[in-house]
Amino acid sequence: MNTATIKTKINTAQPTSVEQVEKESVYSTRQLNLWYGNNHALKNIDLEIGENEVTAIIGPSGCGKSTYLKTLNRMVELVPSVKTSGEIHYRGRNIFDSSYGVEELRTRVGMVFQKPNPFPKSIYDNIAYGPRIHGIKNKKILDEIVEKSLRGAAIWDEVKDRLNENAYGISGGQQQRICIARTLAIEPDVILMDEPTSALDPISTLKIEELVQELKEQYSIIIVTHNMQQAARISDKTAFFLNGEVIEYDRTDTIFSNPADKRTEDYISGRFG
Amino acid sequence: MRTSVQELIAKSKDKKSKKIIEKLIPILLFLIASVSVLTTIGIVLTLIIETITFFTRVPLSDFILGTTWLPFANSGAQFGIWPLIVGTLKITGIAIVVAVPIGISAAIYLSEYASDNVRRIVKPVLEVLAGVPTIVYGFFALTFVTPVLQSFFPDIKIFNAISPGIVVGIMIIPMIASLSEDAMSSVPKSIRDGALAMGSTKFEVAWKITVPAALSGIIASVVLGLSRAIGETMIVSLAAGSTPKFDGDFTGSIQTMTAYIVQVSKGDAGYGTTIYYSIYAVGFTLFLFTMAMNILAGYMSKRFREEY
Repeated sequence: MNTATIKTKINTAQPTSVEQVEKESVYSTRQLNLWYGNNHALKNIDLEIGENEVTAIIGPSGCGKSTYLKTLNRMVELVPSVKTSGEIHYRGRNIFDSSYGVEELRTRVGMVFQKPNPFPKSIYDNIAYGPRIHGIKNKKILDEIVEKSLRGAAIWDEVKDRLNENAYGISGGQQQRICIARTLAIEPDVILMDEPTSALDPISTLKIEELVQELKEQYSIIIVTHNMQQAARISDKTAFFLNGEVIEYDRTDTIFSNPADKRTEDYISGRFG
Repeated sequence: MRTSVQELIAKSKDKKSKKIIEKLIPILLFLIASVSVLTTIGIVLTLIIETITFFTRVPLSDFILGTTWLPFANSGAQFGIWPLIVGTLKITGIAIVVAVPIGISAAIYLSEYASDNVRRIVKPVLEVLAGVPTIVYGFFALTFVTPVLQSFFPDIKIFNAISPGIVVGIMIIPMIASLSEDAMSSVPKSIRDGALAMGSTKFEVAWKITVPAALSGIIASVVLGLSRAIGETMIVSLAAGSTPKFDGDFTGSIQTMTAYIVQVSKGDAGYGTTIYYSIYAVGFTLFLFTMAMNILAGYMSKRFREEY
Protein backbone atom coordinates (compact mmCIF):
# COMPACT_ATOMS: atom_id res chain seq x y z
CA MET A 1 0.00 0.00 0.00
CA ASN A 2 2.87 2.25 0.83
CA THR A 3 4.46 1.76 -2.56
CA ALA A 4 1.15 2.49 -4.19
CA THR A 5 0.83 5.87 -2.55
CA ILE A 6 4.40 6.74 -3.46
CA LYS A 7 3.71 5.78 -7.05
CA THR A 8 0.69 8.02 -7.29
CA LYS A 9 2.69 10.79 -5.73
CA ILE A 10 5.39 10.41 -8.34
CA ASN A 11 2.85 10.32 -11.10
CA THR A 12 1.01 13.41 -9.99
CA ALA A 13 4.22 15.30 -9.44
CA GLN A 14 5.68 14.27 -12.78
CA PRO A 15 6.58 17.46 -14.61
CA THR A 16 5.00 17.77 -17.99
CA SER A 17 7.83 18.29 -20.39
CA VAL A 18 6.98 20.51 -23.30
CA GLU A 19 9.63 19.55 -25.81
CA GLN A 20 10.18 15.96 -24.82
CA VAL A 21 7.37 13.52 -24.50
CA GLU A 22 9.00 10.31 -25.59
CA LYS A 23 11.11 9.95 -22.44
CA GLU A 24 10.40 10.56 -18.79
CA SER A 25 12.33 13.22 -16.91
CA VAL A 26 14.59 12.01 -14.16
CA TYR A 27 15.58 15.43 -13.02
CA SER A 28 13.75 18.64 -13.59
CA THR A 29 15.42 21.80 -12.45
CA ARG A 30 13.35 24.89 -11.95
CA GLN A 31 14.72 28.38 -11.48
CA LEU A 32 17.84 27.15 -9.71
CA ASN A 33 20.16 29.83 -8.38
CA LEU A 34 23.31 29.17 -6.43
CA TRP A 35 25.75 31.46 -4.69
CA TYR A 36 29.22 30.82 -3.27
CA GLY A 37 29.21 33.65 -0.75
CA ASN A 38 28.57 36.64 -2.98
CA ASN A 39 29.52 34.91 -6.19
CA HIS A 40 26.40 34.14 -8.17
CA ALA A 41 27.50 30.86 -9.73
CA LEU A 42 24.27 29.48 -11.20
CA LYS A 43 21.56 31.73 -12.59
CA ASN A 44 17.96 30.70 -13.18
CA ILE A 45 18.72 27.23 -14.44
CA ASP A 46 15.83 25.31 -16.00
CA LEU A 47 16.68 21.84 -17.28
CA GLU A 48 14.83 18.59 -17.87
CA ILE A 49 17.02 15.52 -17.86
CA GLY A 50 15.72 12.41 -19.57
CA GLU A 51 15.74 8.82 -18.45
CA ASN A 52 18.25 6.38 -19.95
CA GLU A 53 19.96 9.13 -21.84
CA VAL A 54 23.43 10.53 -21.71
CA THR A 55 23.25 14.23 -21.03
CA ALA A 56 26.47 16.15 -21.55
CA ILE A 57 27.17 19.47 -19.92
CA ILE A 58 29.80 21.54 -21.69
CA GLY A 59 31.17 25.02 -21.27
CA PRO A 60 34.38 26.89 -20.50
CA SER A 61 36.11 26.70 -17.09
CA GLY A 62 34.21 28.45 -14.34
CA CYS A 63 30.90 28.38 -16.20
CA GLY A 64 29.20 26.46 -13.38
CA LYS A 65 28.90 23.07 -15.07
CA SER A 66 30.59 21.13 -12.25
CA THR A 67 28.71 23.16 -9.68
CA TYR A 68 25.42 22.23 -11.33
CA LEU A 69 26.38 18.55 -11.40
CA LYS A 70 27.31 18.60 -7.71
CA THR A 71 24.03 20.30 -6.90
CA LEU A 72 22.17 17.32 -8.32
CA ASN A 73 23.40 15.09 -5.47
CA ARG A 74 23.86 18.00 -3.08
CA MET A 75 27.60 17.43 -2.79
CA VAL A 76 27.98 21.13 -3.47
CA GLU A 77 26.73 21.79 0.05
CA LEU A 78 30.03 20.50 1.44
CA VAL A 79 31.43 23.88 0.45
CA PRO A 80 30.69 26.24 3.32
CA SER A 81 28.85 29.47 2.38
CA VAL A 82 26.82 27.86 -0.42
CA LYS A 83 23.27 29.19 -0.77
CA THR A 84 20.67 27.92 -3.19
CA SER A 85 17.19 28.91 -4.29
CA GLY A 86 14.77 27.25 -6.65
CA GLU A 87 13.92 23.59 -6.97
CA ILE A 88 15.39 20.42 -8.36
CA HIS A 89 12.92 17.60 -8.68
CA TYR A 90 14.38 14.15 -8.77
CA ARG A 91 11.71 11.59 -9.71
CA GLY A 92 9.10 14.10 -8.70
CA ARG A 93 10.47 15.06 -5.32
CA ASN A 94 12.25 18.29 -4.51
CA ILE A 95 15.74 17.32 -3.33
CA PHE A 96 15.94 20.46 -1.20
CA ASP A 97 12.95 19.39 0.89
CA SER A 98 13.95 19.19 4.52
CA SER A 99 12.42 15.72 4.68
CA TYR A 100 14.70 14.50 1.87
CA GLY A 101 17.88 13.08 3.42
CA VAL A 102 21.05 13.58 1.43
CA GLU A 103 22.09 9.99 2.16
CA GLU A 104 18.86 8.74 0.61
CA LEU A 105 19.38 10.90 -2.46
CA ARG A 106 23.01 9.85 -2.90
CA THR A 107 22.07 6.20 -2.59
CA ARG A 108 19.94 6.68 -5.73
CA VAL A 109 22.32 9.03 -7.52
CA GLY A 110 25.90 7.85 -7.86
CA MET A 111 28.89 9.98 -8.74
CA VAL A 112 32.19 9.48 -10.53
CA PHE A 113 34.80 12.15 -9.93
CA GLN A 114 37.36 13.95 -12.03
CA LYS A 115 40.34 12.27 -10.45
CA PRO A 116 40.02 8.56 -9.67
CA ASN A 117 39.44 8.37 -5.92
CA PRO A 118 39.25 4.72 -4.89
CA PHE A 119 39.33 4.05 -1.17
CA PRO A 120 42.70 2.94 0.21
CA LYS A 121 41.37 -0.59 0.54
CA SER A 122 41.40 -3.75 -1.52
CA ILE A 123 39.58 -3.77 -4.86
CA TYR A 124 37.00 -6.11 -3.35
CA ASP A 125 36.39 -3.85 -0.35
CA ASN A 126 36.09 -0.82 -2.60
CA ILE A 127 33.20 -2.38 -4.48
CA ALA A 128 31.63 -3.94 -1.38
CA TYR A 129 31.78 -0.67 0.55
CA GLY A 130 28.47 0.71 -0.71
CA PRO A 131 26.41 -2.45 -0.25
CA ARG A 132 27.98 -2.95 3.19
CA ILE A 133 27.16 0.49 4.56
CA HIS A 134 23.64 0.02 3.31
CA GLY A 135 23.30 -3.13 5.35
CA ILE A 136 24.21 -6.00 3.00
CA LYS A 137 26.42 -8.35 5.00
CA ASN A 138 25.95 -11.75 3.34
CA LYS A 139 29.29 -12.82 1.86
CA LYS A 140 27.73 -14.72 -1.03
CA ILE A 141 25.56 -11.81 -2.09
CA LEU A 142 28.53 -9.44 -1.76
CA ASP A 143 30.65 -11.73 -3.95
CA GLU A 144 27.96 -11.64 -6.59
CA ILE A 145 27.60 -7.87 -6.40
CA VAL A 146 31.36 -7.38 -6.68
CA GLU A 147 31.61 -9.57 -9.77
CA LYS A 148 28.55 -8.07 -11.41
CA SER A 149 29.69 -4.51 -10.77
CA LEU A 150 33.22 -5.14 -12.01
CA ARG A 151 31.81 -6.79 -15.13
CA GLY A 152 29.44 -3.87 -15.54
CA ALA A 153 32.40 -1.50 -15.48
CA ALA A 154 34.30 -3.69 -17.98
CA ILE A 155 37.19 -4.34 -15.65
CA TRP A 156 36.42 -7.80 -14.25
CA ASP A 157 38.87 -9.63 -16.50
CA GLU A 158 41.68 -7.27 -15.61
CA VAL A 159 41.31 -7.50 -11.83
CA LYS A 160 39.55 -10.79 -11.07
CA ASP A 161 42.82 -12.39 -9.87
CA ARG A 162 43.82 -9.48 -7.68
CA LEU A 163 40.65 -8.58 -5.84
CA ASN A 164 42.52 -8.50 -2.54
CA GLU A 165 45.17 -6.07 -3.71
CA ASN A 166 45.08 -2.39 -2.87
CA ALA A 167 43.14 -0.40 -5.43
CA TYR A 168 46.00 2.09 -5.67
CA GLY A 169 48.21 -0.57 -7.21
CA ILE A 170 46.47 -0.44 -10.60
CA SER A 171 46.64 2.17 -13.36
CA GLY A 172 44.69 5.43 -13.31
CA GLY A 173 42.31 4.27 -16.03
CA GLN A 174 41.63 1.04 -14.17
CA GLN A 175 41.14 2.99 -10.94
CA GLN A 176 38.52 5.12 -12.64
CA ARG A 177 36.66 2.02 -13.80
CA ILE A 178 36.90 0.67 -10.22
CA CYS A 179 35.23 3.91 -9.13
CA ILE A 180 32.51 3.37 -11.71
CA ALA A 181 32.09 -0.23 -10.53
CA ARG A 182 31.90 1.02 -6.96
CA THR A 183 29.07 3.32 -7.99
CA LEU A 184 27.28 0.51 -9.88
CA ALA A 185 27.46 -1.74 -6.81
CA ILE A 186 24.48 -0.06 -5.18
CA GLU A 187 22.55 -0.06 -8.47
CA PRO A 188 21.79 3.63 -8.59
CA ASP A 189 19.25 5.23 -10.87
CA VAL A 190 21.41 8.09 -12.11
CA ILE A 191 25.17 8.34 -12.49
CA LEU A 192 26.77 11.77 -12.38
CA MET A 193 30.19 12.00 -13.99
CA ASP A 194 32.40 15.01 -13.38
CA GLU A 195 34.96 15.08 -16.20
CA PRO A 196 35.70 11.41 -15.60
CA THR A 197 38.37 11.14 -18.29
CA SER A 198 40.25 14.40 -17.81
CA ALA A 199 43.01 12.71 -15.81
CA LEU A 200 43.29 9.69 -18.13
CA ASP A 201 45.24 8.72 -21.22
CA PRO A 202 43.46 8.40 -24.62
CA ILE A 203 43.08 4.61 -24.47
CA SER A 204 41.58 4.64 -20.98
CA THR A 205 39.37 7.50 -22.12
CA LEU A 206 38.09 5.44 -25.02
CA LYS A 207 37.28 2.55 -22.69
CA ILE A 208 35.30 4.80 -20.37
CA GLU A 209 33.42 6.33 -23.29
CA GLU A 210 32.45 2.88 -24.57
CA LEU A 211 31.39 2.00 -21.06
CA VAL A 212 29.15 5.05 -20.84
CA GLN A 213 27.41 3.90 -24.02
CA GLU A 214 26.72 0.51 -22.47
CA LEU A 215 25.63 1.91 -19.13
CA LYS A 216 22.97 4.17 -20.57
CA GLU A 217 20.86 1.08 -21.29
CA GLN A 218 20.23 0.83 -17.58
CA TYR A 219 21.17 4.17 -16.10
CA SER A 220 20.57 7.82 -16.75
CA ILE A 221 23.94 9.50 -17.09
CA ILE A 222 24.85 13.14 -16.73
CA ILE A 223 28.41 13.89 -17.71
CA VAL A 224 30.35 17.12 -17.40
CA THR A 225 33.11 17.32 -19.92
CA HIS A 226 35.75 19.74 -21.10
CA ASN A 227 36.10 17.83 -24.27
CA MET A 228 33.58 18.80 -26.91
CA GLN A 229 34.37 15.85 -29.16
CA GLN A 230 33.62 13.62 -26.22
CA ALA A 231 30.24 15.26 -25.72
CA ALA A 232 29.52 14.86 -29.43
CA ARG A 233 30.58 11.19 -29.39
CA ILE A 234 28.73 9.90 -26.38
CA SER A 235 25.79 12.10 -25.46
CA ASP A 236 22.18 12.23 -26.58
CA LYS A 237 21.60 15.74 -25.35
CA THR A 238 23.94 18.56 -24.60
CA ALA A 239 23.60 21.61 -22.39
CA PHE A 240 25.93 24.53 -23.00
CA PHE A 241 26.71 26.55 -19.87
CA LEU A 242 28.26 29.99 -19.88
CA ASN A 243 28.79 32.27 -16.88
CA GLY A 244 26.35 30.30 -14.76
CA GLU A 245 23.54 30.26 -17.31
CA VAL A 246 22.24 27.62 -19.67
CA ILE A 247 22.71 29.17 -23.08
CA GLU A 248 21.40 26.28 -25.09
CA TYR A 249 20.06 22.81 -24.40
CA ASP A 250 19.08 20.49 -27.18
CA ARG A 251 19.76 17.20 -28.92
CA THR A 252 23.51 16.77 -29.26
CA ASP A 253 23.44 16.54 -33.06
CA THR A 254 21.46 19.76 -33.22
CA ILE A 255 23.84 21.56 -30.86
CA PHE A 256 26.86 20.53 -32.86
CA SER A 257 25.46 20.88 -36.38
CA ASN A 258 23.02 23.70 -36.08
CA PRO A 259 23.30 25.66 -32.82
CA ALA A 260 20.65 28.26 -32.27
CA ASP A 261 22.79 30.66 -30.28
CA LYS A 262 25.80 32.51 -31.63
CA ARG A 263 27.72 31.93 -28.37
CA THR A 264 27.22 28.17 -28.60
CA GLU A 265 28.50 28.22 -32.13
CA ASP A 266 31.54 30.26 -31.13
CA TYR A 267 32.33 27.89 -28.29
CA ILE A 268 31.98 24.62 -30.17
CA SER A 269 33.91 25.97 -33.15
CA GLY A 270 36.74 26.80 -30.73
CA ARG A 271 36.58 30.57 -30.93
CA PHE A 272 36.82 30.85 -27.14
CA GLY A 273 37.06 28.70 -24.04
CA MET B 1 81.00 55.60 -15.56
CA ARG B 2 79.15 52.79 -13.82
CA THR B 3 80.81 49.40 -13.62
CA SER B 4 78.64 46.49 -14.73
CA VAL B 5 76.92 44.29 -12.20
CA GLN B 6 78.93 41.30 -13.33
CA GLU B 7 82.17 43.17 -12.51
CA LEU B 8 80.87 44.07 -9.06
CA ILE B 9 80.00 40.44 -8.44
CA ALA B 10 83.45 39.33 -9.58
CA LYS B 11 85.07 41.83 -7.25
CA SER B 12 83.18 40.73 -4.16
CA LYS B 13 83.80 37.08 -5.00
CA ASP B 14 87.51 37.67 -4.72
CA LYS B 15 87.29 38.63 -1.06
CA LYS B 16 89.33 36.20 1.03
CA SER B 17 87.24 36.33 4.21
CA LYS B 18 84.19 34.99 2.39
CA LYS B 19 86.09 31.95 1.17
CA ILE B 20 87.43 31.16 4.62
CA ILE B 21 83.97 31.40 6.17
CA GLU B 22 82.58 29.07 3.52
CA LYS B 23 85.21 26.51 4.47
CA LEU B 24 84.84 26.92 8.22
CA ILE B 25 81.06 26.70 8.42
CA PRO B 26 80.70 22.99 7.60
CA ILE B 27 83.47 22.10 10.05
CA LEU B 28 81.84 24.13 12.80
CA LEU B 29 78.42 22.61 12.11
CA PHE B 30 79.92 19.13 12.09
CA LEU B 31 81.46 19.70 15.53
CA ILE B 32 78.20 20.96 16.95
CA ALA B 33 76.29 18.02 15.49
CA SER B 34 78.86 15.63 16.91
CA VAL B 35 78.19 16.85 20.44
CA SER B 36 74.68 15.43 20.48
CA VAL B 37 75.69 12.17 18.83
CA LEU B 38 78.67 11.72 21.17
CA THR B 39 76.55 12.47 24.24
CA THR B 40 74.06 9.80 23.22
CA ILE B 41 76.84 7.29 22.64
CA GLY B 42 78.36 8.26 26.00
CA ILE B 43 75.09 7.74 27.84
CA VAL B 44 74.43 4.37 26.27
CA LEU B 45 78.01 3.26 26.96
CA THR B 46 77.80 4.27 30.63
CA LEU B 47 74.50 2.46 30.90
CA ILE B 48 75.96 -0.70 29.37
CA ILE B 49 79.22 -0.66 31.38
CA GLU B 50 77.47 -0.12 34.72
CA THR B 51 74.89 -2.74 33.82
CA ILE B 52 77.65 -5.24 33.09
CA THR B 53 79.23 -4.45 36.45
CA PHE B 54 75.87 -5.15 38.09
CA PHE B 55 75.69 -8.53 36.41
CA THR B 56 79.13 -9.50 37.74
CA ARG B 57 77.54 -9.30 41.20
CA VAL B 58 74.03 -10.54 40.52
CA PRO B 59 73.55 -13.40 38.04
CA LEU B 60 71.65 -12.40 34.91
CA SER B 61 69.28 -15.36 35.38
CA ASP B 62 68.27 -14.11 38.85
CA PHE B 63 67.54 -10.73 37.37
CA ILE B 64 65.41 -11.77 34.42
CA LEU B 65 63.73 -14.79 36.03
CA GLY B 66 63.34 -13.63 39.63
CA THR B 67 59.98 -12.53 40.91
CA THR B 68 61.15 -10.86 44.11
CA TRP B 69 62.66 -7.40 44.23
CA LEU B 70 64.20 -6.86 47.66
CA PRO B 71 67.28 -4.71 47.10
CA PHE B 72 67.39 -3.17 50.58
CA ALA B 73 67.42 -6.41 52.57
CA ASN B 74 70.43 -6.55 54.89
CA SER B 75 71.17 -10.13 54.01
CA GLY B 76 69.93 -12.01 51.00
CA ALA B 77 68.98 -9.02 48.83
CA GLN B 78 67.05 -10.16 45.78
CA PHE B 79 67.05 -8.57 42.36
CA GLY B 80 64.27 -10.17 40.33
CA ILE B 81 63.10 -7.50 37.86
CA TRP B 82 59.56 -8.81 37.34
CA PRO B 83 57.80 -6.93 40.17
CA LEU B 84 59.04 -3.66 38.70
CA ILE B 85 58.02 -4.68 35.18
CA VAL B 86 54.59 -5.70 36.45
CA GLY B 87 54.27 -2.32 38.21
CA THR B 88 55.18 -0.52 35.01
CA LEU B 89 52.76 -2.62 32.97
CA LYS B 90 49.90 -1.91 35.39
CA ILE B 91 50.38 1.83 34.99
CA THR B 92 50.83 1.56 31.23
CA GLY B 93 47.80 -0.71 30.84
CA ILE B 94 45.48 1.64 32.70
CA ALA B 95 46.90 4.63 30.88
CA ILE B 96 46.25 3.05 27.49
CA VAL B 97 42.73 2.00 28.44
CA VAL B 98 42.04 5.61 29.39
CA ALA B 99 43.93 7.38 26.63
CA VAL B 100 43.22 5.40 23.46
CA PRO B 101 39.41 5.68 23.33
CA ILE B 102 39.40 9.30 24.48
CA GLY B 103 42.34 10.35 22.32
CA ILE B 104 41.01 8.73 19.17
CA SER B 105 37.46 10.00 19.75
CA ALA B 106 38.85 13.49 20.18
CA ALA B 107 40.84 13.09 16.98
CA ILE B 108 37.76 11.93 15.06
CA TYR B 109 35.78 14.87 16.38
CA LEU B 110 38.51 17.37 15.50
CA SER B 111 39.21 16.08 12.02
CA GLU B 112 35.71 15.11 10.88
CA TYR B 113 33.19 17.19 12.77
CA ALA B 114 34.70 20.29 14.31
CA SER B 115 34.43 23.58 12.47
CA ASP B 116 37.62 25.42 11.62
CA ASN B 117 37.02 27.80 14.51
CA VAL B 118 36.69 25.02 17.07
CA ARG B 119 39.80 23.33 15.68
CA ARG B 120 41.72 26.58 15.85
CA ILE B 121 40.98 26.83 19.57
CA VAL B 122 41.10 23.19 20.67
CA LYS B 123 44.33 22.15 18.98
CA PRO B 124 46.52 24.73 20.74
CA VAL B 125 44.79 23.91 24.04
CA LEU B 126 45.67 20.25 23.53
CA GLU B 127 49.25 21.21 22.87
CA VAL B 128 49.36 23.31 26.04
CA LEU B 129 48.03 20.31 27.96
CA ALA B 130 50.93 18.33 26.54
CA GLY B 131 53.28 20.92 28.03
CA VAL B 132 52.05 20.72 31.64
CA PRO B 133 54.97 19.60 33.86
CA THR B 134 54.51 16.01 34.97
CA ILE B 135 55.02 16.94 38.62
CA VAL B 136 51.75 18.86 38.38
CA TYR B 137 50.05 15.75 37.07
CA GLY B 138 51.63 13.84 39.97
CA PHE B 139 50.07 16.13 42.54
CA PHE B 140 46.80 15.99 40.65
CA ALA B 141 46.86 12.18 40.96
CA LEU B 142 47.81 12.17 44.63
CA THR B 143 45.65 14.99 45.97
CA PHE B 144 42.63 14.89 43.69
CA VAL B 145 42.15 11.65 41.76
CA THR B 146 43.05 9.29 44.60
CA PRO B 147 40.64 10.90 47.13
CA VAL B 148 37.86 10.93 44.52
CA LEU B 149 38.47 7.25 43.78
CA GLN B 150 38.55 6.49 47.51
CA SER B 151 35.16 8.08 48.00
CA PHE B 152 33.72 5.57 45.52
CA PHE B 153 35.91 2.56 46.39
CA PRO B 154 37.03 2.76 50.02
CA ASP B 155 39.38 -0.21 49.49
CA ILE B 156 41.79 1.90 47.49
CA LYS B 157 44.93 2.85 49.40
CA ILE B 158 46.51 6.28 49.34
CA PHE B 159 49.25 4.89 47.07
CA ASN B 160 47.84 2.72 44.29
CA ALA B 161 48.15 1.88 40.61
CA ILE B 162 44.76 3.10 39.42
CA SER B 163 45.03 6.80 40.14
CA PRO B 164 48.48 7.39 38.60
CA GLY B 165 47.52 5.08 35.74
CA ILE B 166 44.51 7.24 34.93
CA VAL B 167 46.54 10.42 35.21
CA VAL B 168 49.34 9.07 32.99
CA GLY B 169 46.54 8.29 30.55
CA ILE B 170 45.28 11.87 30.77
CA MET B 171 48.82 13.05 30.19
CA ILE B 172 49.18 11.14 26.92
CA ILE B 173 45.68 11.95 25.57
CA PRO B 174 46.84 15.20 23.92
CA MET B 175 49.66 13.41 22.18
CA ILE B 176 47.45 10.62 20.84
CA ALA B 177 44.68 13.06 19.88
CA SER B 178 46.98 15.51 18.19
CA LEU B 179 49.04 12.98 16.22
CA SER B 180 45.97 10.94 15.24
CA GLU B 181 44.24 14.12 14.12
CA ASP B 182 47.22 14.95 11.93
CA ALA B 183 47.06 11.49 10.39
CA MET B 184 43.32 11.74 9.77
CA SER B 185 43.43 15.26 8.37
CA SER B 186 45.98 14.18 5.81
CA VAL B 187 43.56 11.66 4.30
CA PRO B 188 42.63 13.34 1.00
CA LYS B 189 39.24 15.03 0.81
CA SER B 190 38.57 13.34 -2.53
CA ILE B 191 38.38 9.95 -0.79
CA ARG B 192 35.87 11.26 1.75
CA ASP B 193 33.85 12.79 -1.09
CA GLY B 194 33.80 9.42 -2.81
CA ALA B 195 32.31 7.83 0.28
CA LEU B 196 29.82 10.63 0.90
CA ALA B 197 28.64 10.43 -2.71
CA MET B 198 27.64 6.82 -2.10
CA GLY B 199 25.20 7.83 0.59
CA SER B 200 27.47 7.31 3.60
CA THR B 201 26.71 9.24 6.75
CA LYS B 202 29.44 11.37 8.26
CA PHE B 203 30.13 8.77 10.90
CA GLU B 204 30.41 5.98 8.34
CA VAL B 205 32.96 8.04 6.45
CA ALA B 206 34.91 8.71 9.63
CA TRP B 207 34.83 5.15 10.93
CA LYS B 208 35.07 3.09 7.75
CA ILE B 209 37.14 5.33 5.51
CA THR B 210 39.16 7.93 7.40
CA VAL B 211 40.19 5.89 10.43
CA PRO B 212 41.33 2.86 8.39
CA ALA B 213 43.15 5.14 5.96
CA ALA B 214 44.92 6.88 8.83
CA LEU B 215 45.45 3.71 10.85
CA SER B 216 49.22 3.64 10.51
CA GLY B 217 49.48 7.14 11.93
CA ILE B 218 46.98 6.38 14.68
CA ILE B 219 48.87 3.25 15.73
CA ALA B 220 52.15 5.13 15.69
CA SER B 221 50.62 7.76 18.00
CA VAL B 222 49.37 5.06 20.38
CA VAL B 223 52.75 3.34 20.49
CA LEU B 224 54.47 6.66 21.12
CA GLY B 225 51.99 7.26 23.92
CA LEU B 226 52.80 3.81 25.26
CA SER B 227 56.48 4.51 25.38
CA ARG B 228 55.86 7.79 27.20
CA ALA B 229 53.68 5.94 29.70
CA ILE B 230 56.40 3.35 30.26
CA GLY B 231 59.01 6.02 30.83
CA GLU B 232 56.80 8.27 32.96
CA THR B 233 58.48 8.94 36.30
CA MET B 234 57.16 11.85 38.32
CA ILE B 235 53.50 10.84 38.46
CA VAL B 236 54.25 7.28 39.58
CA SER B 237 56.91 8.39 42.07
CA LEU B 238 54.41 10.67 43.76
CA ALA B 239 51.23 8.65 43.60
CA ALA B 240 51.97 4.97 43.05
CA GLY B 241 54.04 4.21 46.13
CA SER B 242 57.22 2.18 46.43
CA THR B 243 56.26 -1.43 46.99
CA PRO B 244 57.52 -3.73 44.26
CA LYS B 245 54.88 -6.43 43.90
CA PHE B 246 54.47 -9.39 41.60
CA ASP B 247 50.69 -9.73 41.64
CA GLY B 248 47.53 -8.49 40.02
CA ASP B 249 46.51 -5.97 42.65
CA PHE B 250 45.77 -2.42 41.47
CA THR B 251 44.40 -0.91 44.66
CA GLY B 252 47.54 -0.90 46.77
CA SER B 253 51.04 0.55 46.56
CA ILE B 254 53.21 -0.65 43.67
CA GLN B 255 56.55 0.34 42.20
CA THR B 256 57.55 0.92 38.61
CA MET B 257 61.02 0.73 37.12
CA THR B 258 61.26 4.50 36.89
CA ALA B 259 60.05 5.04 40.44
CA TYR B 260 62.68 2.61 41.72
CA ILE B 261 65.43 4.55 39.97
CA VAL B 262 64.16 7.76 41.57
CA GLN B 263 63.94 6.14 44.98
CA VAL B 264 67.56 4.97 44.85
CA SER B 265 68.89 8.12 43.22
CA LYS B 266 67.47 10.44 45.88
CA GLY B 267 68.34 8.07 48.71
CA ASP B 268 71.84 7.46 49.99
CA ALA B 269 72.94 4.30 48.29
CA GLY B 270 76.71 4.68 48.22
CA TYR B 271 78.69 4.69 45.03
CA GLY B 272 79.85 1.20 44.13
CA THR B 273 77.22 -0.71 46.07
CA THR B 274 75.10 -3.34 44.34
CA ILE B 275 72.04 -1.14 44.77
CA TYR B 276 73.86 1.67 43.00
CA TYR B 277 74.57 -0.58 40.04
CA SER B 278 71.06 -1.97 40.07
CA ILE B 279 69.59 1.33 38.90
CA TYR B 280 71.65 0.99 35.73
CA ALA B 281 70.36 -2.50 35.14
CA VAL B 282 66.79 -1.30 35.66
CA GLY B 283 67.47 1.72 33.46
CA PHE B 284 68.83 -0.54 30.75
CA THR B 285 65.72 -2.73 30.93
CA LEU B 286 63.60 0.40 30.59
CA PHE B 287 65.71 1.45 27.62
CA LEU B 288 65.07 -1.93 25.97
CA PHE B 289 61.33 -1.50 26.51
CA THR B 290 61.11 1.94 24.98
CA MET B 291 63.40 0.94 22.12
CA ALA B 292 61.16 -2.07 21.43
CA MET B 293 58.18 0.31 21.40
CA ASN B 294 59.83 2.58 18.86
CA ILE B 295 60.71 -0.35 16.61
CA LEU B 296 57.15 -1.62 17.01
CA ALA B 297 55.81 1.81 16.04
CA GLY B 298 57.91 1.76 12.89
CA TYR B 299 56.83 -1.75 12.01
CA MET B 300 53.15 -1.15 12.73
CA SER B 301 52.95 2.01 10.70
CA LYS B 302 54.43 0.14 7.73
CA ARG B 303 52.27 -2.91 8.23
CA PHE B 304 49.00 -0.99 8.42
CA ARG B 305 49.77 1.63 5.83
CA GLU B 306 46.82 1.96 3.48
CA GLU B 307 48.33 3.65 0.50
CA TYR B 308 46.60 6.46 -1.24
